[in-house]
Amino acid sequence: MCGIAGSLQIDDGPVDRERLRQMIGAIRYRGPDDTGIYCQGPVGLAHARLSIIDLAGGHQPMSIAQDALVITFNGEIFNYIELRNELIAKGHRFISSSDTEVLLRLYQEEGERCVERLNGQWAFAIWDAPRQRLFLSRDRFGVRPLYYTRLDGEFLFASEIKALLTCLQVPCEIDLMGLDQLFTFWATIPPRTVFRGINQLPPGCSMVVQDDRITITPYWTLDLTGQTEHGGVTDSQLAEELFELLEDATRIRLRADVPVGAYLSGGIDSTVVAALARKSAGDRIKTFSVTFESSDIDESRFQHEASAFLGTSHASIRCRHEDIVGVFSDVIWHTEQPILRTAPAPLYLLSRLAHDSGFKVVLTGEGADELFGGYDIFKETKIRQFWGRRPASRWRPLLLKRLYPYLPNIQRQSLDYLKHFFHVTPQALSGPFFSHLPRWELTAKTKQFFSVSTQAELAEADAVSSLLRDLPSSYATWSLFAKAEFLESRYLLPGYILSSQGDRVAMAHAVEGRYPFLDHRVATFAARLPASLKMKVLDQKYLLKQAVKGLIPEAIRTRAKQPYRAPDGISFFGGHDEFVGDLLSSQRIKQDGVFDPRATDALVQKFRSGRETSVKDNMALTGILSTTVLLDRFMHGRNALSGPASRERHTPY
Amino acid sequence: MFGRQRLVVVPTKIAQVGGLVRMLQTIRKFVIDNYLFGEEGTLSDEDSFMETGIIDSTGILELVRFLESTYSITVTDEELIPDNLDSVSKIASYILMKQSASPQTAQAHSFRSSGDTRP
Repeated sequence: MCGIAGSLQIDDGPVDRERLRQMIGAIRYRGPDDTGIYCQGPVGLAHARLSIIDLAGGHQPMSIAQDALVITFNGEIFNYIELRNELIAKGHRFISSSDTEVLLRLYQEEGERCVERLNGQWAFAIWDAPRQRLFLSRDRFGVRPLYYTRLDGEFLFASEIKALLTCLQVPCEIDLMGLDQLFTFWATIPPRTVFRGINQLPPGCSMVVQDDRITITPYWTLDLTGQTEHGGVTDSQLAEELFELLEDATRIRLRADVPVGAYLSGGIDSTVVAALARKSAGDRIKTFSVTFESSDIDESRFQHEASAFLGTSHASIRCRHEDIVGVFSDVIWHTEQPILRTAPAPLYLLSRLAHDSGFKVVLTGEGADELFGGYDIFKETKIRQFWGRRPASRWRPLLLKRLYPYLPNIQRQSLDYLKHFFHVTPQALSGPFFSHLPRWELTAKTKQFFSVSTQAELAEADAVSSLLRDLPSSYATWSLFAKAEFLESRYLLPGYILSSQGDRVAMAHAVEGRYPFLDHRVATFAARLPASLKMKVLDQKYLLKQAVKGLIPEAIRTRAKQPYRAPDGISFFGGHDEFVGDLLSSQRIKQDGVFDPRATDALVQKFRSGRETSVKDNMALTGILSTTVLLDRFMHGRNALSGPASRERHTPY
Repeated sequence: MFGRQRLVVVPTKIAQVGGLVRMLQTIRKFVIDNYLFGEEGTLSDEDSFMETGIIDSTGILELVRFLESTYSITVTDEELIPDNLDSVSKIASYILMKQSASPQTAQAHSFRSSGDTRP
């Protein structure tokens, strides 16, 4: 995995090599093994390399045909061997054995549609000199990041925002609309980010920059139109097909010239991936886990059971409250957006463990919950739909209580409260966002901490309605279950799971995550499955569980879904109060102007007093803290942007 | 059931009025401190917590714990309904009802209930 950056002078001026050096220097931790810069005429491409495939021959930027095509590429093309053979048969001659060259020659052969042939995770830019155009693309699910901005006469792009901010002409200001989205969905909606004027290329899209024009073209989307019963095909045949797909998706994700590890959470998905990797690669697979002090969120028992069953060499790291506090500022430096949960922090520690153990690549189970009906929100949607058909029923809502055994607030609530909070009315059922409205409404309540001026600026903002413009044309005809799957996969997955909990905290320690469940063949298979095979009655991931019988321990295959959680607000109190005391002081909050100092202080006092706190309180505290760190390290500490991520900042923690 | 009744409180002494006022103030302060975080705004004692969005689905238990510890009552699951808990005044009425139903914790004040006054 790597970091990329680049510049295109739209006004035909010469490109600034020093600027490229600064840009790539800011994200050098993504690729500490090698750097390269290409400058020619109006274009400049830069690359920081984490060598994984073709260690000797994969230097970038790479060019072919006497520099007619030049590429800077972050990612992996897992089917590069098959594509390479195909291209050789067509007469192409290769000078390296890297996937980068395959990608470049595939573009040469097939043009911009080449991305449809790729099985992988990528963000890249190709300078097409004969056509004088820059072609950029991002993978289907948004595993790899790609940001861009426009200045007067210049187009800039990079793997991370901090690289763009090394150019002092790029404004470094918070985008309140982006913040409004993040405090609703936990993520911004592409192309928006929380930085004003800095955009991200949406997942599944390519972009052409030519002359003064930017054209964005979607090449793939998760199409759930075809969810129908599979006539004539038995469940066991489908389970077998799924197993074969997953096996192959994992096999090609083991392609690397360095050791490959796997994360084990203790749940089904990561255990399946580790088991398939073990099957394919033998005992060279090492597994890694994070554990917690609190027994209600710790899964070490299942992690040990999985690693013993699979016979992997296993390492784990215990994440204590003080560890979350200790790395929180650096985590935000990498996420480049506020977070409403501390969950990225333990994963930051985990990637450090993998790195320190000598691993550059880890396989993980991300994507299974979104594609195969694993999340509680799908179950919740089904129950609410069932209840909504007969709102007067007194026993149907009891299913909600069974769904959330770990949430005491839900357990004790009466029918009237549940009905109100879960929007169980016939009108609500026909709304486009039925599945997610309760969650979004709860999250949006954190905006009560916005300052008067922030609220005034956002008076016209309506994050939820703004999504309507982004939905596929056939969305209205989909089932509520399919809609819920789409909303999870389209927004939360790339914007938070694969970003703040994925690429950003892994790449902080030069570790590349690979996700077999996000192989587009697996995703396309899942998209066509009827919902009843993803969740049979209320049995989550039904078909996946059928497919992996015998592959993983039964105790893990049949265990109830446990959401990955980390200690939130509690981490920052009880001995570690200085961090909050400094960051959330009334003076600082007032100075920043984003949040209300009085309300923030009352929130801090609530935590400090040891009184009961709600989910909303915890989201608000983490959100305000992370936004303040973001302001501190990016806006106020801009001068430090050109250097590597470091703990140097205005306030010593 | 408490949930089906609206309590009309008729104070008979000045001290009782003072007690009710204090109770309303205490509940109000709790709501402002814990749900509005000091931003009192235009909150009235009759405002519905659900309709105004003051309390979300995760905040109910905080309220219950506060009532139980402050007024030495036990809120049963059956009583955990909007009719009892959805505004400052409803909470006050509910507490008075609980206290009058439980001699050990009842205050010396004597309040009279009109029973179900719903139309």
